[in-house]
Amino acid sequence: MKNNLFKSNIKVLNIGVKSFADGLKESGVDVVNMDFKPPLYGDFTVWGKVEKKIKNIEKANLKALDIIKSAEPFLVGMDIAINVIPGMKKDLILHAGPPIKWENMCGPMKGGIIAALIYEGMAKDAKDAERLASSGKIKYEPCHDHNCVGPMAGIISPSMPVFIVKNKKYGNFSYATMNEGLGKVLRYGAYSQDVIDRLKWMEKVLYPAIKRALSSAVEIDLKSMVAQALHMGDEVHNRNRGGTSLFYRAIAPHIIKTSDKETAYSVLEFINKNDHFFLNLSMAMSKASLDPVCGIKNSTLVYVMARNGTEFGIKVAGMGKKWFTGPAPVPDALFFPGYTKEDANPDIGDSAITETNGLGGFAIAAAPAIVQFVGGKAGESINYTLKMYEITVGENNIYKIPSLDFRGTPTGIDLVKVVKKGIMPFIDTGVAHKKPGVGQVGAGVVKAPKEPFINAFKEFFN
Amino acid sequence: MIIKTVIKKGAYFDSVSLMQISKKINSIKGIKDSAVVMATKENKNIIKSSGLLTQEIEKASDNDLAIAVKGESEKILEIALKEIDKMLSGENKTGENKKDETVSSIDSAVSLNKDINMALISVNGRYAGGLADEALDKGLNVMIFSDNVPLETEIKLKKKGLKKNLLVMGPDCGTAIINGAPLGFANKVNRGNIGVIGPSGTGIQEVTSIISNLGGGISQAIGTGTRDVKDDVGGITTVFGLNMLNEDSKTGSIIIVSKPPQKKAMANILNAAKKIKKPIICLFLGSDFESKEKNIFVAKNLYEAALKALYISRGESEHKAKEVIFDEKRKAQYLAVEEKKKKNKNQKYLRGLFSGGTFASQSLFVFKNYGMEVYSNIPIKSELKLKNSMKLEKNSIIDLGEDEFTFGRPHPMIDYGLRNKFIEEQSKDKEVSVLLLDIVLGYGSNLNPSADIMPYIKKAFKNNPYLTIVAGVTGTDMDPQNKKELMSDLKKEGVFVFENNYLASVFAAEIIK
Repeated sequence: MKNNLFKSNIKVLNIGVKSFADGLKESGVDVVNMDFKPPLYGDFTVWGKVEKKIKNIEKANLKALDIIKSAEPFLVGMDIAINVIPGMKKDLILHAGPPIKWENMCGPMKGGIIAALIYEGMAKDAKDAERLASSGKIKYEPCHDHNCVGPMAGIISPSMPVFIVKNKKYGNFSYATMNEGLGKVLRYGAYSQDVIDRLKWMEKVLYPAIKRALSSAVEIDLKSMVAQALHMGDEVHNRNRGGTSLFYRAIAPHIIKTSDKETAYSVLEFINKNDHFFLNLSMAMSKASLDPVCGIKNSTLVYVMARNGTEFGIKVAGMGKKWFTGPAPVPDALFFPGYTKEDANPDIGDSAITETNGLGGFAIAAAPAIVQFVGGKAGESINYTLKMYEITVGENNIYKIPSLDFRGTPTGIDLVKVVKKGIMPFIDTGVAHKKPGVGQVGAGVVKAPKEPFINAFKEFFN
Repeated sequence: MIIKTVIKKGAYFDSVSLMQISKKINSIKGIKDSAVVMATKENKNIIKSSGLLTQEIEKASDNDLAIAVKGESEKILEIALKEIDKMLSGENKTGENKKDETVSSIDSAVSLNKDINMALISVNGRYAGGLADEALDKGLNVMIFSDNVPLETEIKLKKKGLKKNLLVMGPDCGTAIINGAPLGFANKVNRGNIGVIGPSGTGIQEVTSIISNLGGGISQAIGTGTRDVKDDVGGITTVFGLNMLNEDSKTGSIIIVSKPPQKKAMANILNAAKKIKKPIICLFLGSDFESKEKNIFVAKNLYEAALKALYISRGESEHKAKEVIFDEKRKAQYLAVEEKKKKNKNQKYLRGLFSGGTFASQSLFVFKNYGMEVYSNIPIKSELKLKNSMKLEKNSIIDLGEDEFTFGRPHPMIDYGLRNKFIEEQSKDKEVSVLLLDIVLGYGSNLNPSADIMPYIKKAFKNNPYLTIVAGVTGTDMDPQNKKELMSDLKKEGVFVFENNYLASVFAAEIIK
């Protein structure tokens, strides 16, 4: 090919000294500035290896992305955890994020476990529960290692009812509890009597009603629901008003059909009053969509991001089920009256599975109602989403953003791109009080920490 | 502490906006706490714990906006409430959705701007090579301003450029002008039919400025990077550039500005030059290169290279350059004779303080031709190397752009601080007769040269009224700096100003000899 530089208009990509761009602009030359960040990991011998493998990696990542894009997650039913969750046992409690021992758990996670033990009838009060929790008789494992996801503390105990989501295309299942609402709730580490009472009501009234309704409705297409919610101002992580409304519309007739009047009223009012009811479903459907990429050789696609309030962990398709972790950051948040950053617990919850699936913070351009979390201007939220395209394998075919002319959301976080560009995944999040029993104190955004990505990168190219 | 409550009936705001407002209000000095919330049951519970749940709020309903502020005085509460009103009404919003023009990667830059055809890279040398490689993969021509890029990387990049037919300028390429666009340190010059190529940044600035100031113009100026004429690289970019300029219908003649190329590189360059029909003026600074080819002309200094190209491009004889230089040199000699009369006999030495490396070299060669030995941090002969570059002795010339001076400091073409210190110091040395300087204008350089240097010029003359200060000014009237004002400021103080380094050096040598 001939070099046509002298015959074309020059347009410069300026990488580095900003003032060079000023001189060019003054001379009427078109300039695009690039904000260069050095890679997170600077060992050049490793980058040499990356270069050699990059073609295979790109191929494997496209394959993984295709699997994610072709997922067909449906809500197919409900059951009690111990009946359906693989590996669930009577003495096992599942939690959010990577593995962690009782003594290293943060306040809200400990609080959630206390609540679960009281709820299970294994302890009579908080003191009793704490004794049991630290006795070694109770085992703790990550939700993610049991095909589950849980928001915030993410606690799932054996007799809790769970949604069953099936990815029909690949035949895999995922599970999640029902959302309790805002304020003092188990997932934020609250364990007072009203919290336990609500959980009991959910088990005795809410769960059977939805289960009955689902057997009447047969199943609900969650993917299409998420796609619609994005057009209603949700990003299905910190804003779920659209998704919850859609779910309500889908389930309400069947609840009325299958429950007595009083039950139907209380169940529908509960869903109606809780804008976040859909969150657990958007998480479970994300989990079901992503899990089939586990084990794809050479793929650097990140298919799990999760936090336990102490550590932030990721899993990478090409490295199977192994966790890579680093310290969890404290979110940059807006706080409820009376609370400050001092009260905030480090980031916690499996809900970053939505970002991993190209939703949540990655789709914040679709959710103008919550742009205050990112500085208050719609343009800024668009920039956050645009930035995420830099670190993803591709764009979604179903989840689309109206304000970006219906461009597909950035989907499939690529470990290599993250480490190379130094751009961290952007996550919407709620903030728990660091003491158990207090509950939610704010909401905001957080950047994934670098360490898990650097650790995974080093091992991948070792 | 006082608490004040306001209820706005039926005013809906999303909770996040309200938290944002609350956050701002809490930062007001004298405000202890505040709550700006929709008066739902949950919110009432939340603010109860912070002691802000007043009776009025208790009575308010789900659709009411409740505002409570707790603070030191009535006055502060008023201020806070006013601020809240302002924020609720959106007065502080500009309403503009400014999209960021900055991109985060070459990938996205190229996918959003299909017409980008040049990457100008000036990041830390550790990363410059990788970025250049990526840019080449995306089909961009590159200019690598950064230095400290490994030699192997340079060779790899230049070979890749060759394969993809893309121009690779640099690493360590300070100056280029492509299609009139000043890249890096470059002057605003007339466009015309003379192409320039070479590893020397300030050399390119000097010849392009001289040509433009004399009414000529530049088609393209291609920087190659300082190592291009080493045998390891073999002049890849110089040859590539020659061929590009050969194919360019707007280029009539070509100047090569370079230190003497190593053997293999020289052979490659001459081999390419021979095949080109256009006249090529070669300046291999300090070499005794002679041409055997009809289309290859030899220049001995930057001024001569510029003049030869100018006259050849106008269809006149190259010999005219010699005549003009002869005249100019004579004028400089007369001036020198007059200036010398004022000197006392202790004043013997030259001190050259340069920001441009090529200027320091050229001055060294001018003095060598006068048969004088000059010490330097970049000496012609190794025995003339300054023991300590900060301590000047006898006749000496220093290049302040060398790594030893620029470590952790901006380049002396941008920051005059270090040289100003030298000017002041040297003016106190009673044996010093002449200070020889360069002032380089153009994009990238210091934007206020006159304001930055004049105080030190004045100080120098105060310290030593018999001192001679000579400055070569490189640049054009179109440059972002005010060249006319700078030259008149310098002259007013008694500085001898030349519009090129060669004549400035000749004038200095005439005084010292």
